[in-house]
Amino acid sequence: MRLPTFLSEPKGGVVPPSGPTAWLTTATAAAMAFLAVFALALSLASGRLADRWAAALDRSATVRISAPDDQMAQQTAAVLEVLATTPGIASARALDLSEQQKLLEPWFGPDLPVDALPLPQLVEVTEAPEGYDREGLRQRLAAEAPGAVLDDHTRWRAPLAAAAARLRSLGYVSVLLIGGAMAAMITLAARAALAANSQVIRVLRLVGAKDTFIARAFVRRFTLRAASGAALGTAVAMAAVALLPAQDEAGGFLTGLAFQGRGWLLPLLLPPLAALVAFAATRTAAMANLKRLK
Amino acid sequence: MRNSASHVRDPRGICLINLENVAFSYGGGDLLSEVSLRLAPGSFHFLTGPSGAGKSTFLKLCYGELLATTGHVTLFDRNARDLTRDEIALTRRRIGVVHQDCQFLDHLPLLANIGLPLTVAGKPVQQSDVMDLLTWVGLDKLTNALPPSLSGGERQRAALARAVIMGPDVILADEPTGNLDWDMSLRLLTLLVELNRMGKTIVIATHDLTLIRQAKSQVAIRVLRIAKRRLQLAGADL
Repeated sequence: MRLPTFLSEPKGGVVPPSGPTAWLTTATAAAMAFLAVFALALSLASGRLADRWAAALDRSATVRISAPDDQMAQQTAAVLEVLATTPGIASARALDLSEQQKLLEPWFGPDLPVDALPLPQLVEVTEAPEGYDREGLRQRLAAEAPGAVLDDHTRWRAPLAAAAARLRSLGYVSVLLIGGAMAAMITLAARAALAANSQVIRVLRLVGAKDTFIARAFVRRFTLRAASGAALGTAVAMAAVALLPAQDEAGGFLTGLAFQGRGWLLPLLLPPLAALVAFAATRTAAMANLKRLK
Repeated sequence: MRNSASHVRDPRGICLINLENVAFSYGGGDLLSEVSLRLAPGSFHFLTGPSGAGKSTFLKLCYGELLATTGHVTLFDRNARDLTRDEIALTRRRIGVVHQDCQFLDHLPLLANIGLPLTVAGKPVQQSDVMDLLTWVGLDKLTNALPPSLSGGERQRAALARAVIMGPDVILADEPTGNLDWDMSLRLLTLLVELNRMGKTIVIATHDLTLIRQAKSQVAIRVLRIAKRRLQLAGADL
């Protein structure tokens, strides 16, 4: 494959081979890409999970009816009637005692005498895609069933949405930090290579080489090393991510980390990005170093 | 005294390198002061003086590696101070430099090293041209040799071949015979005289007065001496 001009090796291989240390750049780029893939996977999976929670809560609401025993049935019927006639409500149903007992079981155990306790009646409401007028519904419920309170889960949804945004941001910041660390590492390696080859650079300047010619020899070398290292790291990390346990039914946090659908294409951007970072870092370091020479 | 060399003018008025009232300092006192010189096409100059007098510094001023502290250095009608780094690189393609400790790219064979100026200029390296040059300097049997394996004389001749491959207007040689025996020094001098007869401007910094006398017998030369920070025309004692 023919490389673009800015990456083509100046004829004659003017910079001597750098030996085993060359592998350090490749290995570091591989490690950075490996970490970046995991940061990306974690970020996307966290976002998906939070989205799923938020979406589930967003589509549902609960009406809680607290009323004296003799009015409970009447108010429950009134609430169901109001909900049935409210546009934007897909379905509504009152939870029976066994369902309420199941909800309380994690806190009070299976032997809780639910029928002996003054528990409120819960009505599960499922929202239609077009949504409903929350304030209007609250007013109608207050008029028809004074003991009914609509809980649309806003207080749960808001922190989850915020957590999702933060998790995504943290993931992307991690990828950026990894990119920055790689740029810093390649800059240091490029500077070391330039210092080690100061005599070569002196000779090249003496015979009339422009800075761009000299820089190109170093830029090409580091760009290709970073790209190949990142490709290796990305491939290994993608295989590792693919082997992670699939998401379980309960939607556990540590399962389902693998990329999904087009998400698998995202890590493939890492090797070219690493090459771009290496290109910019090496060229900047090389041009800055060369300017100090006459 | 303002050196008399500054008053030597090329009859055609053409000047390749011009130093006008130049002073140079590495940070302490001036190493060179009130130096003026016009290098005309086809001229042959020797530059003498004791060690540390500033001969190498003078040559570095002539190919833009150093900038004058005061005064003006003009390289091919351009003030050296105004040249960008790329323009300095382009200027060096018109000036061949031979150092006493001539440096090469040690990982490349001689053939590639001789062709290096063409390589960096983006010009095709014709192997036959390089071979002609290597034959001219007597190194045609060593095309694939690596520089570290060459003797001092071979390195000097290789450096000369590299210096002329671009067809430069000026050749600056800094103590080119410093590490060579007399026979090899004469051989190198002969090559430089040949180049001068081809119209190249030659400046050789050396403290080898015997070499200068030998050159005098072959070609018209001007001998300059750096003494007490000034550049002067050397007297008839040479």
